[in-house]
Amino acid sequence: MIEAQSWTIPDEAAMRLLGAQMASEFKQGDVIYLHGNLGAGKTTFARGLLAGLGWMGEVRSPTFNLLQDYPTHPPVLHADLYRVASWEGIGVEDYLDSHLCLIEWPERMEGLLTDEEVFHLRIEFDAEDPSARQVTLTPPQSC
Amino acid sequence: MSPFFSDPILALESSCDETSAAVVVGTEIRSNVVSSQVDLHKQWGGVVPEAAARAHVEAILPVIEDALAEAQITLNDIRAVAVTNRPGLIGALSVGVSAAKALAYSLKVPLLGVHHLEGHLLSTLAGRDGLPFPHIGLIVSGGHTELVEVTGYGEYRIVGQTRDDAAGEAFDKGARVLGLGYPGGKAIQEAGAAGNPKRYKLPQGLSGVATIDFSFSGLKTAVLRLAQSEGDNISVPDAAASLQETIVSVLVERAIRASQSLNSKALTLVGGVAANRLLRDRLAAACEQEGVEFITPPIDLCTDNAAMIGLAASVRLARGERDSMDLDCYATADL
Repeated sequence: MIEAQSWTIPDEAAMRLLGAQMASEFKQGDVIYLHGNLGAGKTTFARGLLAGLGWMGEVRSPTFNLLQDYPTHPPVLHADLYRVASWEGIGVEDYLDSHLCLIEWPERMEGLLTDEEVFHLRIEFDAEDPSARQVTLTPPQSC
Repeated sequence: MSPFFSDPILALESSCDETSAAVVVGTEIRSNVVSSQVDLHKQWGGVVPEAAARAHVEAILPVIEDALAEAQITLNDIRAVAVTNRPGLIGALSVGVSAAKALAYSLKVPLLGVHHLEGHLLSTLAGRDGLPFPHIGLIVSGGHTELVEVTGYGEYRIVGQTRDDAAGEAFDKGARVLGLGYPGGKAIQEAGAAGNPKRYKLPQGLSGVATIDFSFSGLKTAVLRLAQSEGDNISVPDAAASLQETIVSVLVERAIRASQSLNSKALTLVGGVAANRLLRDRLAAACEQEGVEFITPPIDLCTDNAAMIGLAASVRLARGERDSMDLDCYATADL
């Protein structure tokens, strides 16, 4: 059972490490919404998580292709909705049960899943240190 | 025997934001009609995939009619139909592929599926009687940054590529951070025209590493930090010029290094970012210094278009390659 947690992350390497350490906590069917502005470190977290699952290859930005899936255990879907106005029509729903899904720009997922079904990982810029980030994880809300 | 198909080819492209039809004979482009959805996306605040596919459906027949009219021929003069079938958004690709199948079937002419990136690489054939081999192709666009060794038609090997963001994405996201418009490449070029490219020092990505790969995600973060630390004092023209300078110089440096190490006879520049004036000028000058031929198509052949698909098809059709009516679309595909 994953609980609500928060971290102060000093730099990019630490963000990757956080992703790698969290990797074994999640399972197939989990959906993680990655919140954060441009350059916050969403893809860096995803890169760390994939490394933690043993993925040795590159993790390219999915901005252009929208969806990128990785044959890890569990398989991972890395989605980026930056370019799209909504999730409808890109096929993201086909991966929700079969993959661990990491979804960037999740505000465009509105209407597909509820807060009871997703983890929220929020990455915010630190007010003092430009390379640091405040990260909070909220597990699915049970009523 | 000519390495090119000598009869009229009707080519279609609908893999992303453009719907396009062209008529190509040999390596001569008789027409190349493009209908873009960029304005629609602006209006919607992003791509709406289902609406985008619908826009392709609405545009495909008019662009075919215009392409035939401009080439001053009719459907009955067409001897082959070529279409982009990989990679791209499935909903978008299937519009072009369905139209191509229907036309090939009813006209009783060959059908051929073409890889989008082979189209870009062979857009350089326009109006030429061939390409020198081996050569290095630099493909730069919103979704791609690749250095490809081309040892013959259909013989491609990716020797360098981005490890994270594409060059076009670095322009787009940099423009977003600086509060400039979309598409970012054009906005950065215009905003930076009068700027000082040496004002802000930005990271090239993977410099000092023995590689001809690229990395642009650090550049995005650096522009963001610059905007945060400078606040209202930032000079947007200088920042745009510095961003453009950084992207262009790393592209030129690695393309030339690839060309040197593989003894290539020419360097080609293709893809949407090839429309960047500084990149064209800088690469042309570097090639001249190296004594290798620099080849880049006119700007309307750099952005997505059907003529490049017709040129790639011209080579493959002349070799007797054909696809069946089972031709499928693929979201991802190796070159």
